[in-house]
Amino acid sequence: MPDGSFAHSQQRSFNPYTDNGGTILAIAGADFTVIAGDTRQSEGYSIQTRYAPKVFRLTDRAVLAVNGFAADGNMFVKKVKQRLEWYRHAHAKDMPLRAIARLIQTMLYAQRFFPYYVYNILGGIEEDGTGAVYSFDPVGSYEREACRAAGAAQSLVQPFLDNQIYFKNQTAAPGQSHPTHLPLPDVLAIVIDSFTSATERHIEVGDGLEIYVVVAKGRSPQGLDTMRGVQEMSARPDGDRMFVIRRDLKKD
Amino acid sequence: MNSFLTRYSSTTPEADIRKAKELYGEDDDVSEMIWGSAGGFGNLAKGVPTFKVPAVPDPTSFLRMHTDDHADPSCRIKIKHGTTTLAFRYQGGVIVAVDSRATAGSYVASGTVKKVIEINPYLLGTMAGGAADCQYWETYLGMQCRLHELRNRERISVAAASKYLSNLVYSYKGMGLSMGTMICGWDKTGPAIFYVDSDGTRLRGDLFSVGSGSTFAYGVLDQGYRWDLTDEEAQELGRRSIYAAGHRDAFSGNTVNLYHVKQDGWQFIGNYDISELHYNGPGNVPGAPGGGYGYDVRVAGRSSANAPEDQ
Repeated sequence: MPDGSFAHSQQRSFNPYTDNGGTILAIAGADFTVIAGDTRQSEGYSIQTRYAPKVFRLTDRAVLAVNGFAADGNMFVKKVKQRLEWYRHAHAKDMPLRAIARLIQTMLYAQRFFPYYVYNILGGIEEDGTGAVYSFDPVGSYEREACRAAGAAQSLVQPFLDNQIYFKNQTAAPGQSHPTHLPLPDVLAIVIDSFTSATERHIEVGDGLEIYVVVAKGRSPQGLDTMRGVQEMSARPDGDRMFVIRRDLKKD
Repeated sequence: MNSFLTRYSSTTPEADIRKAKELYGEDDDVSEMIWGSAGGFGNLAKGVPTFKVPAVPDPTSFLRMHTDDHADPSCRIKIKHGTTTLAFRYQGGVIVAVDSRATAGSYVASGTVKKVIEINPYLLGTMAGGAADCQYWETYLGMQCRLHELRNRERISVAAASKYLSNLVYSYKGMGLSMGTMICGWDKTGPAIFYVDSDGTRLRGDLFSVGSGSTFAYGVLDQGYRWDLTDEEAQELGRRSIYAAGHRDAFSGNTVNLYHVKQDGWQFIGNYDISELHYNGPGNVPGAPGGGYGYDVRVAGRSSANAPEDQ
């Protein structure tokens, strides 16, 4: 209408969410954990950036991968880090992994009526020195698992992991059995293959790959320290050790 | 060591600061609770959880628009759903059996979900509906049950625990919580089961099944249920009922988790793969008839390739 009003009733809605694509993945070994994510950030069919990290170091032995809506994810990681710092000041130690998992549950559930649109995977070393992966839904239900993929290509990657990590639909040769935990080089090969394959078949996955590896105190990094393109970021050489491996993925 | 003393003393410098704070109020919106041992327990530090709500005229319809996959299957935030759970009371206590599948839309989000929540050594809760709602509020119920023990020097009854939960979820009625749960346990009055859901319903009963596969479970359960079941028969009935639901309901499956509540608390009986139950049965388990639950029954003798063994 000439006065700026509308002839018909209008409906508006509050749409604060978007999906920024990408995929994350974590696998727990006997005494190590691998947490990985691609670095592409997209909205619809456009790539916003080729390097937006989705995997974050929380403590010397805990790493958090976040996928979904990037703005919510970054805010959430910021708040988790803040809570962990408060905990350090109050208790003069890092929060144990299972406590971080419960903290993440309560922080996500506090937003039950206005959720963070984020899928979290927490990986690291438990107090008993075992590798652990915790996966969360957007409102905080969680579970400890041996492996988990989340994000755009979860439906491509998770079945591959079920087959290669849990040996689903595989029968062991007569007189033999499947191993319960794989060695680190095998796990890294599976992670890299998962992402190169997801990049081939999913348009929202690609550009770069960041793999965090946490190895329990006193355990061998199984040749990782001499691997090419590996950056060590351990706080102390005699504690738990943390490494980052960066790889290129296809950019088309 | 003296911190406990100084906290309650009225003559120390700490007490003067405390008085000043009471007079002038805290200038920071972060209370000191967050710095102490409550530093890891976030929004529960105040004792009552608080929730962020979007600044829109109708927060409930906002939540429904973005999360409810029945209203809009293409919505972004998929909350895990789909389940079969059951519990029944009999002469020897309570049997609790559940499946382990979580679905988000038609994707099997997990096949290893723990749908029995161990509230304390005498109380179990089951999970149907929103996974986070059940996990969070039943954990919270566990905290309140412990406080009840400390205050009253006796364990909380199943009736009181379930009523605490039903009153709690009733206070959120209409806001989008989704849970259908059975609170099971053994108290002074013996074995007890209460069905509690997010509508506010609370029912005492002998036999319940909840979730998308409940109708299939009820079919087997009602057929085999008697009060004077032996422990072995009762465990087999729970296992067989969840198998039936896992077999016929697409939203249920993967594995069965079986618990038995007795006078001295609950006991985890086992985890059974549903396809393994179909073809080979639960293995050498007391109460099991031997052989698969589904395959031979349907197939043996139906073709020359599957001739019955004795022919």
